[in-house]
Amino acid sequence: MSDLNTVAALWWAVIFSGLYHGLNPGMGWPLAVSAALMERRHQALPKAFALLATGHFLAMIGILLPFSLMFFLVELELEIRVGAGLIVVAMGIYLLINRRHPKYLARIHPARLTLWSFLAAMAHGAGLMLVPIFLGICAIGAEETGHLAAQALMGANVMTAFNVAAVHTLSMTVAGSVIATIIYFWLGLKFLSKTWFNLDLVWALSLIAVGLFGLYSAYFGH
Amino acid sequence: MNLRPDPTFHASPKLAMQAPVENYAFTVMLSPDGSQSDGIAVIDLKPDSETYGQIVHQVIVPNKGDEFHHFGWNACSSSLSPLSGHAFLERRYLIVPGIRSSRIYVIDVKEPLKAHIHKTIEPEELFAKTGYSRPHTIHCGPEGIYVSCLGGGGADGTDGPPGIFIMDCETFDIIGRYEMDRGKQDKHYDFWWNLPQDYMVSSEWGLPPQFENGIVPEDLLSNKYGHSIHFWDLRARKNIQTMDFGENYQMALEIRPAHDPTKSYGFCGVVVDTTNLQGAIFTWWRDENGTWQSKKTITIDPRPEKPENLPPLLQGFEAVPPLVTDIDLSLDDKYLYVACWGLGEMHQYDVSDPMNPVLAGKVEVGGIARGTKHPNGKDFAYGPQMVEISRDGKRVYWTNSLYSTWDDQFYPNDAGGQMVMARVGENGGFELDKDFYIDFPEGLRSHQIRLEGGDCSTDSFCYPSV
Repeated sequence: MSDLNTVAALWWAVIFSGLYHGLNPGMGWPLAVSAALMERRHQALPKAFALLATGHFLAMIGILLPFSLMFFLVELELEIRVGAGLIVVAMGIYLLINRRHPKYLARIHPARLTLWSFLAAMAHGAGLMLVPIFLGICAIGAEETGHLAAQALMGANVMTAFNVAAVHTLSMTVAGSVIATIIYFWLGLKFLSKTWFNLDLVWALSLIAVGLFGLYSAYFGH
Repeated sequence: MNLRPDPTFHASPKLAMQAPVENYAFTVMLSPDGSQSDGIAVIDLKPDSETYGQIVHQVIVPNKGDEFHHFGWNACSSSLSPLSGHAFLERRYLIVPGIRSSRIYVIDVKEPLKAHIHKTIEPEELFAKTGYSRPHTIHCGPEGIYVSCLGGGGADGTDGPPGIFIMDCETFDIIGRYEMDRGKQDKHYDFWWNLPQDYMVSSEWGLPPQFENGIVPEDLLSNKYGHSIHFWDLRARKNIQTMDFGENYQMALEIRPAHDPTKSYGFCGVVVDTTNLQGAIFTWWRDENGTWQSKKTITIDPRPEKPENLPPLLQGFEAVPPLVTDIDLSLDDKYLYVACWGLGEMHQYDVSDPMNPVLAGKVEVGGIARGTKHPNGKDFAYGPQMVEISRDGKRVYWTNSLYSTWDDQFYPNDAGGQMVMARVGENGGFELDKDFYIDFPEGLRSHQIRLEGGDCSTDSFCYPSV
């Protein structure tokens, strides 16, 4: 029962991290507003979000997939989870110290939203933020299906990676679209500068917190 | 780093026009012979202030002979673009290059009355890192601060082509050259861009030996000054098209793209057509096939004058050329202001239809062989030159000096630096405000003006006005 609760909590964490990423202007919703205004067509808004979501999904799966493949080494579960937690904490600390923005993002053509979204997510460690949660889900799965062959376990983990990335990206897109739609149709551009906060610090701290959670759950949880 | 966007970041041109008006102007003060240090004058523009229209602070640099000319902000409204990756910069520093010394000052104007030098970049560093010299136009852009240079390497700046370099927008370190493929571009002057459409346009004045010691009449008459503009893939840093206006269109200077980023057109001012001494404005635009086109849409005729009233340089022509030395476009893309530095006139064109500009207003002040006085009865040396429009489009400010050595050739008997302001009527037209007249300190001339919170030749926008 407690496992079920934990799994549910972890899935909620996947959804919340998606909402969090979606609300963060750094993940691209202001670009969607810009795209719709530049094209002077409402339809450009969903189109822009589809492109942004594609890039974000690829960035998530690009990070989660290697971990899911590695995780069939059940006997190394603890080491992998500790290692992942440390990587996430390190990324947070790196972003905390290096407050500069990656210059290469500025060299991407404004219309290439998928590439931009992918690189922005990578540069900010958006995928890493999901890793401890994902590994938590996999760990419970591994316990329940401990008797299964490694192959089957890996297959299950890959499925989980896709599901986590999809659910996360979906909730991110919902959050981003809601705020972009409200600004585009009702509030206007004036609110762009009012609603835009510098989340850099909070973001870096979030990574550290999620990484620490990963370490904690590796030792004391599942 | 701020937690919120800078209050002077305006998402669209329309929002910039609705924002609070300017409280201060920053204007270049230059010593034409290098006998004094150059500086930036801070001018009070608050109408209810006791020191309204006065220089209330001066940032005087420690060196001499820099010759300040153009300058710009470290950050403008384009930083709001999430693509820029540095949305939380402050519009706080003025990047002020010495066009003669190649030294660059970064001046902190967060508190205008306490403005001070924040950093100095010595010429040797610029030469070593870029191979360019004589830095000129400043714009804040996607990869940092972009600076155009009029000279290449070597003592006279002709060793290699001039170009644009990029500075880090936070540390002000020089990063390096901008160009990956410059195509035919071998001279430089101004540049500007449309960020969402990802193009840049650059222009040409001449190489340093053609301007530093004064205009070279033989070069002008043999059409050796710049007469082309270049279109660039901004982020690929590649020249995609060079457009030659024709060799008689000497000195294609200011580039003024429409501010609304959905529009793909702009203007370029040409100082003189050597076949007839006219001044000219070209409208350039991108056609349906993506090719850039241009058409001469404004001509300004010279004024006949007796040789004895003219400076030696012009006596053989028996005419005063208009000399279109600066142009500026209001934020609503409606009015184009054209400085006719030779005639002593500032023109206002309604460019709502950019292919068919209509003269909407004219102010006469100064001028070769005319010297029209300011409405307050005082002299206005030289002619109307660097022009800057308030964001709301209601006030137009300008100064009078073109370039030290050129002032002396075209106006051998004039001296002094002035800054004046004209008020724009509800339905166009504009008139000098007789109570706004700034006489610069003895021995100093004036050049470019920047307005607190941004102005019409500074800000690039990533969102259209809706």
